Amino acid sequence: MSDYEERLRGLLERALQGDEAAYREFLQALVVRLRAFLRRRLTRAPDEVEDLLQETLLAVHNQRHTYDRSQPLTAWLHAIAKYKLIDCLRRRARRELLHEPLDDAPALLAAEDRDASDARRDLTKLLQALPPRHRGPIECVKLQGLSVAEAAQRLDMSESAVKIGVHRGLKALAAKIRDEG
Amino acid sequence: MKTERLVAMLARGAGAEMRSAAAHRVPIALGLALVPTFALMQILYGVRPTLAVDSARWMFWAKLAFVLAIGLAGWAAALRLGRPGAVLARLRWALAAPLAAMWLLAAAELLPAAEGGRAALVLGQTWLECPLRIAILSLPAFLAVFWAMREAAPTRLRLAGAAAGLCAGGVGAFAYTFHCPELAASFLGLWYVIGMLIPAAAGAWLGPRLLRW
Repeated sequence: MSDYEERLRGLLERALQGDEAAYREFLQALVVRLRAFLRRRLTRAPDEVEDLLQETLLAVHNQRHTYDRSQPLTAWLHAIAKYKLIDCLRRRARRELLHEPLDDAPALLAAEDRDASDARRDLTKLLQALPPRHRGPIECVKLQGLSVAEAAQRLDMSESAVKIGVHRGLKALAAKIRDEG
Repeated sequence: MKTERLVAMLARGAGAEMRSAAAHRVPIALGLALVPTFALMQILYGVRPTLAVDSARWMFWAKLAFVLAIGLAGWAAALRLGRPGAVLARLRWALAAPLAAMWLLAAAELLPAAEGGRAALVLGQTWLECPLRIAILSLPAFLAVFWAMREAAPTRLRLAGAAAGLCAGGVGAFAYTFHCPELAASFLGLWYVIGMLIPAAAGAWLGPRLLRW
């Protein structure tokens, strides 16, 4: 087992038991590798790397319960990254087929002066477009850092409705990204 | 939103989020689907009056075991494929074994049979309507399994869809055994298999649309 595998696995196991610091560290360790993975494979669309990276992170987060502890974690992560990459390339191909002429020089130039670490798609805006039953819990718990009990009180919802709202809301966000692209 | 901020957002309160898994949803969904499945079977075709008599024959139970084994293998395969990076591995054998067993029984039936009797064994009395009826009865389970699979994360959408469809086909065939009078292995090994493959093919076709995440 590689060091990376072991380290990530240790972090994720702690994260799944509710250790948020370990989870943040896990995601940060993942970001660095994922960005390199995607950049190597999206050489023709460098300005989409950060968008796809964010989409993949969201997918890892939403699907983290599908990880089977008896299997290598890096294989699971790789399968998600590959799935999202292929999905993105397919959407891109369709979009270009519909809208963009083949000799699209201005877009290439425009892409060059952008900071590569800036996402083009703004997740904050997409979050705001979610229905209130999803947006409220996400804003309170995930953005302002309230506890579930505090969020439930502020939103006048039950605690389980807040948890479900966060869970479904993040899935709805992933769906929005998918449909938009 | 910067990626850094997304990481912070995802990590915050992550321990408190609801967890749900396809593994928990599939049995619930299938259990609920059994009610409309059997209602549909009773309304459209009806329980066979000679069911009690037939149940004394071992082939009746072999037939039940056959469709249940295929349905369960489909279910197990769908759940396995619902995890990123998972491979079917030995589950392939779980899918192939009931099929091979039924074909062996069919061969044992057909080889000693007289020339003219073979067609009668294979065609039975209901070969024409059998596959479509199984496909119709698998509809409630099809909807249920695909609903449950929304909590899964398959990376091979066609294969996962086919497995989910096969599971539904097993449920449909199970319900149909309460109506169907056929007990020849030669019949079951062909028409029942086609009947269960119809929802499997529909699943493979719809998988890329319904199972995306």
